[in-house]
Amino acid sequence: MADVAQAPKVEEKEPLFSKKNRKLLSDPLDDNNPITVQVLGICSALAVTSQLKPSIVMAICVVFVVSFANLAVSLMRKVMPGRIRMIVQLIVIAALVTIVDIFLKAFAFDVSKELSVFIGLIITNCIVMGRLEAFAMGNKPWAAFLDGIGNGIGYGIILIIVGGLRELFGSGTLLGYTILNVEEGSFLANIGYQHNGIMATPAAAMFIIGVLIWIQRSRNTKLVDIS
Amino acid sequence: MQALRNFLDSIEPAFKKNKFLHTVYDGFDTFLFAPKETTQGPGVHIRDGIDLKRTMVLVVLALQACLLFGMWNVGHQHYTALGLYPGLGEALFTKFSYGLLQMLPIIIVTHLVGLGIEFFFAAQKGHPIEEGFLVSAMLIPLIMPPDIPLWILSLAIAFAVIIAKEAFGGTGMNILNIALTARVFIFFAYPTEISGDTCWVAYDYNFLHKLFGMEGGTLQALGMAAVPEGGWISRVVDGFSGATPLGLAAKGGWDAVANATLPNGTAQYSLSNMFFGIIPGSIGETSKPAILIGLGMLIMSGIASWRIMLSMLAGAVVTGLLFNVIGGNAFMAVPFYYHLIIGSFLFAMVYMATDPVTAAQTQTGKLIYGFMIGVIGMIVRVLNPAYPEGWMLAILFLNVFAPTIDYFIYQRNIQRRLKRA
Repeated sequence: MADVAQAPKVEEKEPLFSKKNRKLLSDPLDDNNPITVQVLGICSALAVTSQLKPSIVMAICVVFVVSFANLAVSLMRKVMPGRIRMIVQLIVIAALVTIVDIFLKAFAFDVSKELSVFIGLIITNCIVMGRLEAFAMGNKPWAAFLDGIGNGIGYGIILIIVGGLRELFGSGTLLGYTILNVEEGSFLANIGYQHNGIMATPAAAMFIIGVLIWIQRSRNTKLVDIS
Repeated sequence: MQALRNFLDSIEPAFKKNKFLHTVYDGFDTFLFAPKETTQGPGVHIRDGIDLKRTMVLVVLALQACLLFGMWNVGHQHYTALGLYPGLGEALFTKFSYGLLQMLPIIIVTHLVGLGIEFFFAAQKGHPIEEGFLVSAMLIPLIMPPDIPLWILSLAIAFAVIIAKEAFGGTGMNILNIALTARVFIFFAYPTEISGDTCWVAYDYNFLHKLFGMEGGTLQALGMAAVPEGGWISRVVDGFSGATPLGLAAKGGWDAVANATLPNGTAQYSLSNMFFGIIPGSIGETSKPAILIGLGMLIMSGIASWRIMLSMLAGAVVTGLLFNVIGGNAFMAVPFYYHLIIGSFLFAMVYMATDPVTAAQTQTGKLIYGFMIGVIGMIVRVLNPAYPEGWMLAILFLNVFAPTIDYFIYQRNIQRRLKRA
């Protein structure tokens, strides 16, 4: 008969860390890394990585900003008029960045001074806007939040690798502790070791990221696009 | 000759088994004997007997005069600094041996590191060995200061070969000149080793000198018992300065260069000294006659482009004249013709700017390319106090722009033909 009750559609509840969601977290670490594959956020990767500590702080800040911006924009995505979405996104990002900035000034003033203008410039970090436009505008809040965390970490890993290498070979320290001692009379000074001046310049970050991309593509051949 | 051929043929099967060994075998085989391959089938192409290996070897041969003179000059500057054998003809053999033993580790390390990386990448990619590095390996020692630390040299060569060459696809695909990339790496990473007043003369004795007793000989000649505290550099005689003409001219104009004297009172930078290259400097770039010999060989064999050289000369002369007319500071007032014999202008013009891979490819493009190198090199040299010499930076800069220059030349030709059609 026609009036047989149709079985009510059961919304299948997706577990919080389903395979798809786990992929959202792990994908940006390698296959879809924001720096080495999407080539976003290069500017800050060159600018703040002269030392390890600012790189780590920057990485944490970006994880925070991207994930919560993704979450907020994803929540608002249906009520947001398409024409002003950029402005709304910018306001969300700016608010989050201001929170980070004030937080750092209150609890880690030294680092805040060191990073100075770069915290404010997270607003212009292409990764944040890129993920909002590419992902948060079309996905549910939880997925968007995970995507934000994944991309933030993917960005942070590269930043920390570059920052570590540059600090170690550029000034011989890691997080401010001397590793390669070149003072008069030390072993390294006796065999003629010197710090590498290029490592102190942002050009080194460019080379290191280039080599990282090279290593990644030779390991992960599906990223190689033959055009 | 036939015996060598037979020997190579006899060992070929053994080397064919392993990918890496075969790469090595193939490299040496085609280096020793020109391959007899000919084009197959109906075609109009002819293979020139002068293939890449033969071309490269010609450039290496053209560099030998610079190398030999450089060896003597390294020794001469060393002993002059210590106040020994000031005469040009004195102790010819000692000076030459000092230079030879100073140069040998540099040359060997350059070849080992560079060719090692080349062999590795060739075997990895399954390509035949590309011999482009042979020229780079000859150029790199010649543009280094004589006492460059070997580990810095290795690092620079590894950087240049991997980043500037292999990353772009190997010989013939590089955008930047390999030798200059190695030098620019040292220039920015370890600036104290390659700029300033003390790096252009070798003061110390390396293990080879000690092995052959040259340090002992010097101690004896100076009547000293032991090597002085603080190394040989502390024993330099009064009145000797390792400052180059460029360093002096940047501070005090041409007067400072002309007034520089050797310990025995003669002018250190007289015109003849600078022309013949009896001055401190990078190993191979000081002697102008030696470079001119190479220039002749390269132009006669048609390997280097005379267009680039001529236009680079024109660019430098025009800019020099312009500076003379403006005459803002002491360095700008240095007569333009002196600029042609101080520093590494001639060496850069003959061997660096004419690199067939990184230069512009079109005939008009070559003229623009060379002229711009001349102009920019002079601007860097004279106007920028941070960089005493400009040719390395100017050539690398124009290397980057060479494809753009070519692009506009092509477009112009296409437009012209379209109009005609």
